[in-house]
Amino acid sequence: MANERDKEQGIQPWQRQIFDVFTAGQIDHVSYVHDGGHKGLIALCRNSTGMKTTALSTEEEGVGLAAGLWLGGQRSALLMQSSGVGNCVNTFALAEACRIPLLLLVTMRGEFAEYIPFQIPMGKRTPDILDAMGFDVFRAEHTDEVADVVAGALDQAFFSNRAVAVLLSQRMIGRKNWTK
Amino acid sequence: MIERRQAVRDLLAERGELIVVAGLGSPCYDALAAGDHPLDFYNWGAMGSAVMVGLGLALSRPNQPVLVLVGDGEMLMGFGSLATLAQHKPANLTIVILDNEEYAETGMQETATAFGVDLAAVAAACAAPSTKTIRDQRDVGSIRDAMHRCNGLKVAVLKIAKGDVPRTVPIRDGVAIKMRFRNRLLGPDFEP
Repeated sequence: MANERDKEQGIQPWQRQIFDVFTAGQIDHVSYVHDGGHKGLIALCRNSTGMKTTALSTEEEGVGLAAGLWLGGQRSALLMQSSGVGNCVNTFALAEACRIPLLLLVTMRGEFAEYIPFQIPMGKRTPDILDAMGFDVFRAEHTDEVADVVAGALDQAFFSNRAVAVLLSQRMIGRKNWTK
Repeated sequence: MIERRQAVRDLLAERGELIVVAGLGSPCYDALAAGDHPLDFYNWGAMGSAVMVGLGLALSRPNQPVLVLVGDGEMLMGFGSLATLAQHKPANLTIVILDNEEYAETGMQETATAFGVDLAAVAAACAAPSTKTIRDQRDVGSIRDAMHRCNGLKVAVLKIAKGDVPRTVPIRDGVAIKMRFRNRLLGPDFEP
C-alpha cells in the first residue's frame, strides 16, 4: 500500500495528494529550496520517473527557471517557505511582464506557534507581498482541502497565464519539534 | 581586447535554431545588433535570472543549443545559479559572460571583477566541465562552433573592451517577446 510506505517515509497524505495533482496537471519539473514542510512532496517528486527536479541555491532562481521551462514547453511548480517569497520579489517581474504562468507552493512560517522570531516578519507579510506583486493567492487551512486548492491554482496558472500562489498554513503542516 | 558587438556577431553567425537568452542591459543591445531573431529572449529585468532562464530552456529543449549572454554585473548578482547548474550540467547550454569589469548601464562603475574576481574560476569551482577566459577576438569562433556541438556545459568569460557603445534597443514588451519566441519554438497551437 502506498499509504503504508508513505507513512514510513514521513510522507503526509496531503503531500501525496499534491503529487497526484502535479501528475494529473502535467507538471514536468519541480524546483525547490529544501524545506521541512515540503519534505515529503520533494521526496515524491525526486523519486518520480516522470518528473525532473532542481534544488535551488536561492528561491529567486526558481522564477527564472520556471520561465525558461515554460518558454520551452514545460510546466513546472516552485516550492518554498514564506521566507523564500521575500528572496524572490524582483524576479516576479519576469512572470508579470511576460505573462508567464508561475505556480508557487508556499509553506508558511511565523503564523502559528512559531519558535523562531526571525521567521515572523516575512511570514506575516507574505500574503500582502504576493498580492502586491500581482499574484492570485489561495490558501489551504485543512488537509482535506489541499488537493482541491492546489488543483485550482495549477489550472488558473496554466489556463490563464497567471502567477498563482498557494499558502499552506503552518498549523496544518504541524508543529516542528524544537526539543529533539 | 575583444570588442563586444563583433564578438556577439561572431557567436551568432549562422545560428540556425540556436536559442539565445540575453541578460539585461548591454547583452540585449549586443544580440539585437547581431540581427533580431524570434529565438532571442530579451530578459529585460529580474536581474540575476538569465542563467536560470537558460537552464530552463536547455532542460526543456535538450536537443537544441542554448546560449546565455550575460554581463559580469548580472552574473555577479546571480552567482548562486552557477552552483545550481552543477546538478544538471546540460550538454546543450553555453554561458558567455561579457566581462568589461564595469556596469555599463549605470555609468561604468567597477564591478567585483575589476578587483580580481575570476568568473571562469568560479564556474570551474562550481563543477562546470568546460570553462575558459578569452581575451583574443580570434578565439571567439571556437566558442561558437563548440556551442553548436552540444557536447557539454560550457562557460566562457570574454574579456571585452571597457566603455559604452551606441545602444541598439530591441523590443521591450515582454508579452510580445514571449509570443514571438514560443511561436517560433513550439508553433502557434502549442498549449501547456
